[in-house]
Amino acid sequence: MTLSVVYAILFYAATLLLVVGVARKVIIYARTPAPLKIPVTPAPTTKAGVVWRMTKEVTVFQSLFKACKWTWLFGWMFHVALALVLFRHLRYFQEPVWAVVALMQPFGQYAGFAMLAGLLGLWARRFLVDRVRYISSLSDHLMLALLVAIGLSGLAIKYLAHTDIVALKTWMLGLMYFDLQPLPSDIFVLLHLGLVIVLMVIFPISKLLHVPGLFFMPTRNQVDNPREVRHTAGWTAK
Amino acid sequence: MAAKFDTPELFKNIEIIDTPKYEVNSMVHSSPYPAKAQHNEKLGFPGKLVDNWEEKAVTRLGELVDGSRALRTFLDSCVKCGACADKCHYYLGTKDPKNMPVARQDLLRSIYRRYYTFAGKHFPKLVGARDMDKSVLDEWYSYFHQCSQCRRCSVFCPYGIDTAEISMAARDIMDTVGHGQKYCNEILGKLQTVGNNLGLPEKALINTLENLEEEVEEDTGVAVKYPVDVKGADVLLIVPSADFFAEPHIDGLIGYGKVFHQAGISWTLSSYASEAANFSMFIGSGDNLKKVAQRIRDAAEELGVKRIIVGECGHAWRVAYSFWNTLVGPFDFLDPNYPAPQHIVEFTYDLIQRGALNLDKEANDHRRITFHDSCNVARASRMGNIPGGQFILPRALITASANHFFDMSPETIHENTFCCGGGGGLLTDDLMEIRIKGAMPRMQALKQVVDEHGVNSMVAICAICKAQFSKALPAYQFPMDMITSLHQVVGDAIQLGTKT
Ligand code: SF4
Ligand code: SF4
Repeated sequence: MTLSVVYAILFYAATLLLVVGVARKVIIYARTPAPLKIPVTPAPTTKAGVVWRMTKEVTVFQSLFKACKWTWLFGWMFHVALALVLFRHLRYFQEPVWAVVALMQPFGQYAGFAMLAGLLGLWARRFLVDRVRYISSLSDHLMLALLVAIGLSGLAIKYLAHTDIVALKTWMLGLMYFDLQPLPSDIFVLLHLGLVIVLMVIFPISKLLHVPGLFFMPTRNQVDNPREVRHTAGWTAK
Repeated sequence: MAAKFDTPELFKNIEIIDTPKYEVNSMVHSSPYPAKAQHNEKLGFPGKLVDNWEEKAVTRLGELVDGSRALRTFLDSCVKCGACADKCHYYLGTKDPKNMPVARQDLLRSIYRRYYTFAGKHFPKLVGARDMDKSVLDEWYSYFHQCSQCRRCSVFCPYGIDTAEISMAARDIMDTVGHGQKYCNEILGKLQTVGNNLGLPEKALINTLENLEEEVEEDTGVAVKYPVDVKGADVLLIVPSADFFAEPHIDGLIGYGKVFHQAGISWTLSSYASEAANFSMFIGSGDNLKKVAQRIRDAAEELGVKRIIVGECGHAWRVAYSFWNTLVGPFDFLDPNYPAPQHIVEFTYDLIQRGALNLDKEANDHRRITFHDSCNVARASRMGNIPGGQFILPRALITASANHFFDMSPETIHENTFCCGGGGGLLTDDLMEIRIKGAMPRMQALKQVVDEHGVNSMVAICAICKAQFSKALPAYQFPMDMITSLHQVVGDAIQLGTKT
């Protein structure tokens, strides 16, 4: 039960840091003015066009595709697989499980492997491509190590050392309803949860800020209409 | 003066621009002349490096980040994916890894992280954060003057991180602590006292234009006018001052005059605002950007014109198109039937569409033409009313005026265009090495169309590109006069005297 309490406290703290940290950054981004029109052109001339441009960037990584097929392949594979994996994990946070979550269950499992493959591909580039090696700092490697470790420990729970998954889910639901239950103390479970906690904590203070940041970049989200509509903000509004 | 250096070798195919293996510090020796005290002071910056400049620089960085959503998100969000790394012409031409866009950004990001992020304050080593000191400043001065702010990297970045913005911020910080660049700051000073980058006074300008009128009349037998300070003219034309004297720029100016002449639209230049260029953008100075733009608005109001048209100049068009309305708008005193401002290419294009120009394509039959998209036009502005009009319109002008046109390889044109190598305030002799090396990818693409199609003329619509290619072409064994103004091609095709 001690373990359960420790992990519960860590989880609450990490969630708080993640939510507050990201919200704080989003508020800062939103409040920081964009004084000039700087969309990278050719850019859409309407709001709907911008939504379409951003949708393509977020869903298929359009610019990255143009830039480098390998990075795109591994990066896209990782992100899509991660999305599936996260979606699949919803089953541990709900009772009853939504039909679509149940439906996605098998895909979510394969996605675990795809996610790892993507990560390893990205990591390999950090060693094999001299340019990418040059620009990588220690934190870039550690970030990949962390994600790989999360993926591996997760797969280990599933395929290597089965845990009492029902008990784990009960613990998680207990966390959500403030009704603490015992946590199965299998090593991979503890590892997996612990690493996820680390990830949540560093999210708002690391390059993972690209997730909210992406939506605020004036180079991509501005409408190309400076002659038609007078834009002012920050020092240009004074 | 820069030491001797080797011009990079060209290959037959553009595909051969394979990404080089990097060579650390191969361009660390490249630094422009620092500005003299008087040049800095004229623009409102300290004359020389101030005491406690380290602290001031860090403070200024904080102010800039607070004032620019772009800068803030760019500095926070880079994931070091390397997609931009091989997209910079300076990296391709010099192999210096600090010329990879992401590495250039990191020169500034490392300071931002150290002073403004949790990770950098507490774990600097881990995230590559470092203290602000003289070696950092020297590195900034060198490598932020090896960026032409061309935005090519930003096209390929998954988030649109624009290294140009980061270079501008770094130069702003350096100016703020009194470490400005001579070329940009001296020129901006001239512009603000005399009215143009060249320091060409009113009298000399009027003389030049009178001579030009005589020359054109001698050549064509038609009295084409090049008017200055004509009150009540319909159009105020703002051109880069290089158009008044440099080759091939002046041939473009001659062409504008012919277009106006045949269209029968009254126009004028202004001796007060005789400069389209606005180098304030290069040094990231908002105050100066606005001041210089204000001169043009004032001239337009003073002359009582109905329209403002901008001549062939890349960054000037970015400033005019993207920033004028914000900085010194709204232009509600102009005729609302026309965009304010309008590009000369848009103007000529409309005339051609309306059949207002008689063009004889055969007059250009000796030219086998290709077109160089200038960065700031391609990636930071637009022409016409559809996205990408900036690629369509100039080519439409060429094909309406000439029979032989060949585009360069698709990965080197439109929004993928390679910089001429001399933009962003680098067009100075003390940076010749980086300029020539940075021109390599464009020269490579040019060689391909020269070999395959016998191209003998590269048309551009930017004063900086034109001046830069006059140096770069000979360095790569091409004839210097290959570089041609777009409105020279148009002007040569116009059948003067055939419209009344
Ligand atoms: S803006 Fe252009 S010159 Fe500057 S880093 Fe990017 S690609 Fe290179
Ligand atoms: S492409 Fe963008 S995210 Fe990737 S390294 Fe370059 S600047 Fe960073």
